[in-house]
Amino acid sequence: MGKKLFYVLAAPLVAVGVALFISSIVLLFAGANPLSAYQNMWEFGTRLETLIETLNRATPLYLSGIAVAIGFRMNLFNIGIEGQYVLAAIIAAKVGAEINLPPILHVTVIIVVAMIVGAFWSGLAGFLKVTRNVHEVISTIMLNAIAVSGIVSYLLSIWDVPDASLDTALKEIPESGWMPSLNGFVEIFTRDIKRVELWGFILVAAAVGVAYHVLINRTRVGYDLRASGENAPAAEASGTDPKKMIMAAMLLGGAVAGLVGLPELLGDAHEYNLRFTRGLGFAGIAVALLGRNHAVGIAIGAFVFGWLDRASGVLEVRGDAPREIVAIMQGVIILAAVIAYAVVERKRREDEAAAAAAATAQVLAERQAAKEQGGAS
Amino acid sequence: MRKQLWLFSVVLAFALIAAACGGDSDDDTTTTTAAAGDSTETTAAATETTAATETTAVPAVDTNVGLVYDIGGRGDQSFNDSAAAGLDKATAELGITPSEASANNDGSNREELLNLQADESDLVFGIGFLFGDPMLAAATASPDVNFGIVDGFIEGAPENVAMLLFAEEQGSFLVGVAAAMKSEAGHVGFIGGVNMELIQKFEAGFVAGVHAVDDAIVIDRQYITEPPDFDGFNDPASGKVIAQSMFEGGADVVYHAAGGSGNGLFQAAKEYSDANGTKVWAIGVDSDQYLTAGDDVKDYILTSMLKRVDVSVYNTIKEQADGMFAGGVKIFDLSVDGVGYSVTGGFIDDIVADLDDWKAKIVSGEVVVPSTP
Repeated sequence: MGKKLFYVLAAPLVAVGVALFISSIVLLFAGANPLSAYQNMWEFGTRLETLIETLNRATPLYLSGIAVAIGFRMNLFNIGIEGQYVLAAIIAAKVGAEINLPPILHVTVIIVVAMIVGAFWSGLAGFLKVTRNVHEVISTIMLNAIAVSGIVSYLLSIWDVPDASLDTALKEIPESGWMPSLNGFVEIFTRDIKRVELWGFILVAAAVGVAYHVLINRTRVGYDLRASGENAPAAEASGTDPKKMIMAAMLLGGAVAGLVGLPELLGDAHEYNLRFTRGLGFAGIAVALLGRNHAVGIAIGAFVFGWLDRASGVLEVRGDAPREIVAIMQGVIILAAVIAYAVVERKRREDEAAAAAAATAQVLAERQAAKEQGGAS
Repeated sequence: MRKQLWLFSVVLAFALIAAACGGDSDDDTTTTTAAAGDSTETTAAATETTAATETTAVPAVDTNVGLVYDIGGRGDQSFNDSAAAGLDKATAELGITPSEASANNDGSNREELLNLQADESDLVFGIGFLFGDPMLAAATASPDVNFGIVDGFIEGAPENVAMLLFAEEQGSFLVGVAAAMKSEAGHVGFIGGVNMELIQKFEAGFVAGVHAVDDAIVIDRQYITEPPDFDGFNDPASGKVIAQSMFEGGADVVYHAAGGSGNGLFQAAKEYSDANGTKVWAIGVDSDQYLTAGDDVKDYILTSMLKRVDVSVYNTIKEQADGMFAGGVKIFDLSVDGVGYSVTGGFIDDIVADLDDWKAKIVSGEVVVPSTP
C-alpha cells in the first residue's frame, strides 16, 4: 500500500518541482526575480477572494477534464469538448432566457438542455466512428469548427438583442434560472468575502465527479468501458459490443461537456455574450492528463491550473513578470507529469508483468496437471 | 494505443509551451523587452518621474494608474498599443505611477484584474468594450476609485466611470473619400477583422465616404471571421489572401479595420504592385501605420484612419491628476480630433483640401455619417 501511494504521489510532485525549476530559469532569463514573483503569487493566491476565483475557474475545467477522461478511459480522443460545450451553452442560454419556470425547475431545464445538446454533438462523432469508422480526432475537430465558427456564429447573429452597447449578447436569463452563489455558506467558516461570488455550480461539478467515479469503477457499463479501452479484442470476446461502448462513451462525455459553460452562464453572466469563455475544452485535455483520468486527480489538476491562472494576475500588476510565464508553467507541468507518469507506469507494469508471469505459469502448471489427470481417467 | 496517448500528451505539452512562447515572440520587441527590462523599466520610469519633477512643474500629486489591456496586451501594433502610448505619455509628462496587466488568453479574468488594479490605483482603465460588464461590477464595488473604459458604453454606469467612445465612422468616412479620389479603377475594398457592431461602424463610414464622392464606385467588403471567433484581428495570412483576391478582382485601394491582420493587406499591396507594375494602395487603421508598419511596405500605405485612443487615455489621466475627473460618456469625434486621418508619406497631400472640406461639413452637421452599414 505504501508503494502504491508512492506511485500515485511521486509523479505529480516531481512534475510540480520540475515546473518550478524551469519557470525559475525562464524568469531569471526574463530579468525577473523568481523568489519575489513566487512570493507575490503565493501571498495573492492564498487570499480568500483569490481562492474563490480559483474554484470558479476550476469548476468548468473539472467538468471539461471529466468529459475528456470518459473518452480516454475508452481510448477515445474526444477533443470535441470545445465545440460541444460552446454549442450547448448558447442553446441552453437561449432556452433559459425564453422560458419562465419556478427556480429549481428552471435551472434543471437549462442543465438538461445543455447535456442533450452536448451529447448530441458528441454523438455525431460517435455515430461516424461506429458506422463509417471515421477517426474521432478528425471528426471532433471538424465538428468543433462547424459548431463554433458555423452554428454559434449564426445563432449569435440571429439571437443578438440590439442595444446601445457594442457587445453582442442574447437575452438575459430570468433570475429563476440563476444558480445562487455559495458565499453565505462559505462565510460561516471564514470572514466576509469581498467582490467575488462562489458559483453554485461547483456542487453540480462535484456530483458529476462522484457519478463518474461510481460509474467507471462500480458499474457494469463502467467495467465494459474500461475493459474495451484496455483490451478491445478481449472485451469483445467476452461479449461486450465495442460499437455500443463507443456510443456510450461519446454520449456520456458529450453530456458532461455540455455542462462546461454553465458555471459561468448560470453563476455570473446570465446571458450568452461575446465574453463567454472559450478554450475550456482544450484546457480540459491537459487537466485530464494531469489527473490521470481519476475523479480526484482531475480535481487536483483543475485546481492547480485554476490557481496558476488566477494567482498569476498579480505578476503583471506588480511588475514581476509577464503572465505568459504561467502558460509556460502549465505546459512544463504537463510535460513533466507525462514523463514522470510514464516512468512510474513502466516500473509498475514491470512489477505487474513479473507477477502475472508467475501467476500464469502457476495456472498453466495446474491445467497441465488437471489434463494429465483427465487423460489418465 | 497507450503509446499514442503518451505521444499525444507530449505534443500537447509542447503545443502549450509553444503557444506561450509564440505569444511572446509575436510582440517580440514589446513583451520580451518589457519582461527583460522589467526592473529597469520601473527604475527608468522612476528616474523619469524624478527628472520630470525636477525640471518642469509637474503636479506633485501621486497618482497611480492601473491599465488592463484586453487579450494580446501591449504589442498588438494597434488598439492596445495606442492605449499604451497614452499611458507612456502620461507617465513621462505627468509623473503618474503606471501599472499594466492584460487579460488571460480566454479573457475570463477581466473583472479580477480590474479589482486588483482598483486595490492599488486611483484610476483604472479597461481597454475594449468587452470590459463593459466586468467594469460595472468592479466600479460598483470600488466607488472611491475612478474608472475609464475605451469603446465601452455601460448602461446604468455609476458616476466613477468615464466611457470613452469614438466616432470611427467619421474618420472612416474621410479615408473613404481619400480612397474614392485616389482610385483609378473605380473599385475599392474594405476588410474587417471580425464582423461585429464595432467594426461595422468602420465599414459604414468608409462606404458612405466612398459613395459621397462617386456613387458608381464598386466596394468589395469582407470580414475575416464571424464572432465568437476573434481570430480575425490577428490573422495576417487570411488578411493577405482576402486582399489579394480584392486586388486581383480589380480594386486598387483597400481599407482595413482588422488589427494585426492588416499587415497581410500591406504585404498583398506590395506584392501585387511589384508583380503587375501598377501601384495599388492600402489604408491603415487606428494609428498612423505608415510609421508602425515595416519599411518595405510603408510606401503602399496611402493614409491611416486615426483613432486617438492614446489621446483619450492621456486626457483622462490628466483630468484625474488635476482632480478634474468626471464620469459619463465622452465622445471623441472629428470636432475634437478624436478621429482623423494621417498624411505621413505625403501620398494624399493633393487632396487634403477636399478632405478638410468634408471634415468641416461633418463637424458642422451638414453631413451625417451613418454608423451601421
